[in-house]
Amino acid sequence: MQQAYKVDGDGAPMSGMGKPVVEIEKLNLIFETPDAPVHALSDVDLTINAGDFVSFIGPSGCGKTTLMRVIADLETPTNGHISVNGMTPGEAREKRAYGYVFQAPALYPWRTVQKNIMLPLEIMGLSKAEQQERAAKNLSLVNLEGFEKKFPWQLSGGMQQRVSIARALSVEPDLLLMDEPFGALDEITRDHLNEQLLRLWDRTKKTVVFVTHSIPESVFLSSKIVVMSPRPGKIIDIIDCNLPRDRTLDIRETPEFLDIAHRVREGLRAGHSYDD
Amino acid sequence: MQGIHTMTDAAISSGPGIWSKLYQGKTLPILTVVLSILVAWYAGAVYLNSDTLISTYERTKVEWDAEKLVKDSWAMDRPILPAPHQIVVELNKTVFQKKITSKRSLIYHAWITTSATLLGFAFGGLLGILLAVGIVHVQTLDRSLMPWVIASQTIPILAIAPMIIVVLGNVGLTGTIPKSIISMYLCFFPITIGMVKGLRSPDVLQMDLMRTYSASTAQIFWKLRVPASVPFLFASLKVAVAISLVGAIVGELPTGAVAGIGARLLSGSYYGQTIQIWSALVVASVLGMLLVYIVALIEKFVMARMGERA
Repeated sequence: MQQAYKVDGDGAPMSGMGKPVVEIEKLNLIFETPDAPVHALSDVDLTINAGDFVSFIGPSGCGKTTLMRVIADLETPTNGHISVNGMTPGEAREKRAYGYVFQAPALYPWRTVQKNIMLPLEIMGLSKAEQQERAAKNLSLVNLEGFEKKFPWQLSGGMQQRVSIARALSVEPDLLLMDEPFGALDEITRDHLNEQLLRLWDRTKKTVVFVTHSIPESVFLSSKIVVMSPRPGKIIDIIDCNLPRDRTLDIRETPEFLDIAHRVREGLRAGHSYDD
Repeated sequence: MQGIHTMTDAAISSGPGIWSKLYQGKTLPILTVVLSILVAWYAGAVYLNSDTLISTYERTKVEWDAEKLVKDSWAMDRPILPAPHQIVVELNKTVFQKKITSKRSLIYHAWITTSATLLGFAFGGLLGILLAVGIVHVQTLDRSLMPWVIASQTIPILAIAPMIIVVLGNVGLTGTIPKSIISMYLCFFPITIGMVKGLRSPDVLQMDLMRTYSASTAQIFWKLRVPASVPFLFASLKVAVAISLVGAIVGELPTGAVAGIGARLLSGSYYGQTIQIWSALVVASVLGMLLVYIVALIEKFVMARMGERA
């Protein structure tokens, strides 16, 4: 079922370049609920390498967010092995090895944009000068210079989500976990932010794990697409996606793009028929 | 939302002419209500005082008609219900015509009560916040303390106030402190309830965020729980400052205090000086409104600093 990670396409393969950042073997997570235990993740095997842009795609309830929360140590697996940067997820979290971008911006309304970005840095105990420098740097990375003194409510939804990305980046993690960060935004804003995110990934060489339920979004952004199916949540296909790094939105019209999108859709459909 | 409403109100009432202002603003409805109350009050004064007057007329064999009855019922020395203008005259006499240091000045008495109120409010605020912090952070306290906090408020304050005064008097505490302790007893409750709610108000996402930063409990407290609780705190403080004043006045009643608004109420009822009672009540309510207004002002200032939508 699982594909070989390195597929020789036309260009150089984009995945599998770096050393493993996240290694997951035979991972299971069962939620105990009052009526019946829910098998949220079933025998998940996955390796995410440094520099990868990995998307988890699947219908609601397939465990894609849960899998990411396990990587972030926000959920504890029932059994199986997982390591993040060679440590347990708990140790990795304490070392602040990742930045997490939630579905909603989760900005603190009583803090200005700048203060919101400085929040993790305050907690890490960085000097005031360092905090301000990093805030300025990451605000310009998401094209929000000049908004330092604004409060969250003065920004549009898309801008708020960019602030939350800047906040995650300010920790300077090698691993960025993004849980449907653009799910609540309109399509035009979403396309724009996808392009920006892709350029950011290209420039910063970070490893990104991205949860989505949009096929075009996953194909456009990823170097590796993990297709998941629900009840029990499991991986049914891993698709390498070797589109050129400097792609633009136009690529969505090309046959290569449509081919991969087709394969993702097939995988999702297979997952569903299994369920019925 | 509120901001938008006040803005449109302002936009409408900024038009020219005092009459259009009265007609379109809030002034006219408010004035109508005040006027209706005054009319009802004057009528009530006639109704309640006429019995006493009529029996006096009959005893002293005075000729009387309706006009004389109405006039007299609005000008009695010890009416059952004094007319509003009598209270105004009394207020003018005791608030503006007396020196502030005089024992006959209502300002002097109001200050005595205010000092106990503020001290009790400070004690109650401190106690209320400390209890809330404990209840939110220690599960045992949540289960063991909360029932007592609620039980404390089911005891009528009028029953427990004399005990507090007597007990504290025995250990040498008299004057402001016992009164402020009764204030505290009343006003810590809304603050505890509000602060517990406020400190628990951060949502799952905001808490998860702190967890991804592996923030300590203290950092979560100061950087998330405390700022999130501020709106709840101010809502409770407004309730608390008002009942803190009630506590101080109630604390003055059982001691036979010689000074304070409570003392004025007490001596007024001893000697049947209803006008004195009513003017003390007016001062108490003005004082209460003033205290709530001051808290609201501070709230406005703090919330503006915390980026609340204007």
